[in-house]
Amino acid sequence: MPNQQSLHYFLGEAVQYRPEHEAIVDPGKGTINYDALGVLSDRVRDRLIHFGVRRGDRVGIYLKKSIDSVAAIFGVLKAGAAYVPVDPFAPPARNAYILNDCSVQAVIMDSCFGAKLHAEINHMGGRIQNPLMLDGVGGGHSLREALARVEKKDPAPTAPSVASSPDDLAYILYTSGSTGRPKGVMLSHRNAASFVNWCSKAFEPSQNDRFSSHAPFHFDLSILDIYVPIKHGSTLVLIGEELGKDPVQLASLISRERISIWYSTPSILSLLAQYGRLEQYRYESLRIIHFAGEVFPLKHLRALKALLPGRRYFNLYGPTETNVCTYFELPAQIPAEQSKPFPIGKSCSHVETKVVNEDGKEVPLGEEGELCVAGAGVMLGYWNLPERTARAFLGDDSGRQWYRTGDIVVQENDGNYIIIGRRDRMVKKRGYRIELGEVETALYRHPEVKEAAAIALAHEDNGICIKAFLSCRGVKHPSIIELKHFCSQNLPSYMVPDFFAIRDALPKTSTDKIDYQTLKEIA
Amino acid sequence: MAQIKEDVKEFILREFLPGESPQELTDSTPLITGGILDSLATIKLVSFLEEQFQIQVLAHEADVEHLNDIASIVNMVQSKL
Repeated sequence: MPNQQSLHYFLGEAVQYRPEHEAIVDPGKGTINYDALGVLSDRVRDRLIHFGVRRGDRVGIYLKKSIDSVAAIFGVLKAGAAYVPVDPFAPPARNAYILNDCSVQAVIMDSCFGAKLHAEINHMGGRIQNPLMLDGVGGGHSLREALARVEKKDPAPTAPSVASSPDDLAYILYTSGSTGRPKGVMLSHRNAASFVNWCSKAFEPSQNDRFSSHAPFHFDLSILDIYVPIKHGSTLVLIGEELGKDPVQLASLISRERISIWYSTPSILSLLAQYGRLEQYRYESLRIIHFAGEVFPLKHLRALKALLPGRRYFNLYGPTETNVCTYFELPAQIPAEQSKPFPIGKSCSHVETKVVNEDGKEVPLGEEGELCVAGAGVMLGYWNLPERTARAFLGDDSGRQWYRTGDIVVQENDGNYIIIGRRDRMVKKRGYRIELGEVETALYRHPEVKEAAAIALAHEDNGICIKAFLSCRGVKHPSIIELKHFCSQNLPSYMVPDFFAIRDALPKTSTDKIDYQTLKEIA
Repeated sequence: MAQIKEDVKEFILREFLPGESPQELTDSTPLITGGILDSLATIKLVSFLEEQFQIQVLAHEADVEHLNDIASIVNMVQSKL
């Protein structure tokens, strides 16, 4: 009997009571019902176990979003392992670093990434263990074919699904790291299941709901997208990476696929409001709109609510380390006089939150401090970074560990938290979290760059943009075009600076450090 | 033709490459594969082309094949006028 706090238990239940119901729709590519999803993920499990994957191991997923990739994820979980999804659009060097860092026992990947990944991993002195190569993705067919190919040569016996315990590692999500390397956030079955169970209580989804899956799987919004519909035996509608960025096509898809529960970053909702021509279609099924990942600029939020009135809107807040830990339901009408963004709200019931000062002592209501989170949703730690993990937590007198979010907040009299700013150099751009230090490390890899400093600036349309200040070794400095090209080969596109400024030297403080304050003033 | 090119070039320099010397941006500079246009920038560019030249860019045309350099963009615009 699998544990009720394990993620693949949710799928097993749905297979039992709704075998024929559509589990996943990949528009234009295919659909799969619960029974078939159960069977396909069982076959992945058998193959992985035959490869030698054991409970506690990691398995990389290097696929575009598809029925194939969801079945692969459940196969990994059923084998008792943790999945490590990497961004198929990120530079191969970054993905090679991630898969090597957490020493995956197997990789389920699209063969189109094979050669580059192989070269990058070789370069690091590692090798790709047990690759299961798919020729493209779509509708689950590629995964079935890949399994059949290896099956012919070397049949894998049927193995039972592993009954994971709640503290077993379920997945690792890599986020930007301040030292220039991505860091792996380790999440357990309990972490995810407690959040999924909270979603059930807070949003009361039904079997007839159709959930959007807009966020990529290496992004923590995907946890709600994948597991809440599967727990409730409802339907998940996948939105591929390319289509997800096209507001006009998205509007048509939301209408056509009868999406009832939407979840994405505010950036994509802002694009929908500005460029999606939403008035062209009707969205009769749409009843809940969740957003998370960054502040929703009020101007675009008002526009969206005017175009899509009468729905419930929720602002969900939480870093990858805790997933959603506070939430706020927007009022039916945004008051005309409102000028500040909405609060992040109050604690979800599966976690506890508090606000502390620099000494780690709780502050009185209404005073600024750092938001800390404890409870079932909080991560196990960072992969292979014990010191960083220790620094991320604050112990209290009872020995309880509180995750320090780095977000400076104020709790208002009504109990809602308001975000004030950050304690460190992490910023959110279009919902993506970016350590400015990682951007600088990439810039320093350019042979001509002598000094590099990245800062974040408020931008009317994008919310946040990144500006890089550089000084160069030679007299003739690289062009901005060349710098952008260089960055795009070393960083995911959202981390590439929007603006560059090249100076003879960067301003320094009295202790000879780069003077960020002055840079912000001259920017 | 020359005017279309001028308008497109001016827009790209102003919006996505502020501070760059105009001669660095040539007809064949790769825009999407070169990391100059990301997805949001591509949407802005398409929206600009539609407004400036009173044309309609279809969903499948907003891709690398049609938008990766100034020469391709000018060709596409030209074919729709």
